[in-house]
Amino acid sequence: MSYFLNRWRLPHAVISADPGPGGMFRTFPLFERLNSWSKPYPPVEPTSRHYAWFDWNSLLADDPAHLALVPEFMEGGSYFPMRAEMERGLVAYAKRAGIHVRYGCRWESTRRMDGAVVLGTSDGEYTCRVVIFTIGMAEPWKPDISGIEQVPHYAEARPSPRYARKRVLILGKRTSAFEMADALLAWASQIILVSPRPPLLAIHSHSTAGVRARYLLPYEDHVLGGGVFMLDAATQRIERTARGYRVSAVGTTRPGNYVFAVDAVVAATGWTTPLGDLRALGLATFHQDRIPALTPYWESTSVPGIFFAGAATQGAVGLKKHGVPSNSGGVGGFRHNARVLAAYLARTRFGMTMPRPAIKPADVVPYLLSEVSSASELWNQRSYLARVISVTKEDGIRDEGIQPLAYFVDTSGHDAVAAVLETDGQGDHHPAVYVRRDGRVSEHVLAGDPLLNFQSPDHRVQLSALLKDSLNLY
Amino acid sequence: MDGRDELINTLASLTLFADLSRPQLEAVAHTFEDEYFAEGQRILRQGFSGSNLYIVLSGEAAVYVNGTQRATLARGDFFGEISVLLGEPPAADVVAVHPLRCLVLPAVDVEAFLQTYPRVTYRMLQAEARRVRTANLWR
Repeated sequence: MSYFLNRWRLPHAVISADPGPGGMFRTFPLFERLNSWSKPYPPVEPTSRHYAWFDWNSLLADDPAHLALVPEFMEGGSYFPMRAEMERGLVAYAKRAGIHVRYGCRWESTRRMDGAVVLGTSDGEYTCRVVIFTIGMAEPWKPDISGIEQVPHYAEARPSPRYARKRVLILGKRTSAFEMADALLAWASQIILVSPRPPLLAIHSHSTAGVRARYLLPYEDHVLGGGVFMLDAATQRIERTARGYRVSAVGTTRPGNYVFAVDAVVAATGWTTPLGDLRALGLATFHQDRIPALTPYWESTSVPGIFFAGAATQGAVGLKKHGVPSNSGGVGGFRHNARVLAAYLARTRFGMTMPRPAIKPADVVPYLLSEVSSASELWNQRSYLARVISVTKEDGIRDEGIQPLAYFVDTSGHDAVAAVLETDGQGDHHPAVYVRRDGRVSEHVLAGDPLLNFQSPDHRVQLSALLKDSLNLY
Repeated sequence: MDGRDELINTLASLTLFADLSRPQLEAVAHTFEDEYFAEGQRILRQGFSGSNLYIVLSGEAAVYVNGTQRATLARGDFFGEISVLLGEPPAADVVAVHPLRCLVLPAVDVEAFLQTYPRVTYRMLQAEARRVRTANLWR
């Protein structure tokens, strides 16, 4: 965020309670290896705009010297970096890009004063026109279950060898639960995963909202009857016993009562956003009060002037077409949001003029098809971020940059086209084009392609015809 | 919606889920996502593919067909089901009139959900029958 605010020369201060750069990767993931890839030998140059699709972990930059930093620190052997490699990449980014942060400075309070926001911190007060909370979503969260306070959260779990020969019950069936089960396969004598619904897998949901395939060994073990159990049950009570814990649960998709006697219980029940006193200002939240409700440009829907960056930007749900959410919960998605937000703030809060390069009519179709085929913004943020081109008599055809799709379709404006990448319920990736004409927006889904080549003659014909009919472009 | 118990109690109070046991309600609470829509925010978009099924937990929404308001939706109502069941884009916009909290289920998961909970399916059919009756009364 700071990098792109600097690019627009927007004066700002960055404070962090951490002792140095690295954020959550100083601690998580607990079992060391990330679940987002950085491909060491991508098919495009690291200096290419399209490179970021193949490296979900490196932060974005305009200067080639600041790009592709995470692979630089990876030792090979896996295209999922280790936590420490990711941390080193972030440290290098902060150093090389000259990101100035006041570390060890804790945000403690928030208040309004004459239209400004005043942050009380451990180092005094900051007064600002706009505040951007980049506070992550890494605070442990537990549901209301009797006795759950007696068991550690995933964040407090011990190293895998400490679970050797133990019967371990894991509450939850999302990513952190599967990550932990995967890490314990070689150690625990028995692993039981319990949550009310069956697991949602990324390969089925077609999104990173599901459990990633690299953690699916416990699932296979369960399916083959190898000793890992995955039960759909609502946990009622957790009690301490002389040897461990007694966990009582009631079947959900299959009726029945369960009582488990286990040596250890871990609550892999998720995370929440550390919102401090923002709720007292009227901040609307959802997802059981864990995520702030945000506009498409990541401003609180209920407290104007309060913006979010980082993982909390998943609070802007977008169109969620075919159930596919934004990828804003991970670095791969929210790094693009930061770039878009900086430009938005520069334009709307600091009166800066955005570059709007002119495009020749003959170049529109090839450009849009190139974008939906390769642009990392569109691939990392399917159905959320769009390439927008405006068409007016006064200005001709202009590239309006990357914008949230929900903003484009739900606001009025000039005649324009927004191109996005979408994935349907069957998992088919395809481009979609939204045309705004005389204030009305229509949706046009282009054909998919098994090799994801959307620059074929057929695609050119289809898009040319569409733009000719709808915007008289040709 | 601050906690698991509060969400489950809310679900239990909705006609749609009146026949479900508490463990089933827990499963439902985990199957749907709960989302918040600010006043004026569009939730369902007429003519756009890939929409989802929504169940209103609180707040109020308006239904617009070609820009004309046709109905309002409130706690316990659901929308998006016609589009999901027929596999067609919605024939209406749905816009939050007051801050709206909804449960959301992607279209691709709706069939399995309705098969898992036939009593919910039956309740949904009853609601659809009432809508058809009301629509016929207007003719």
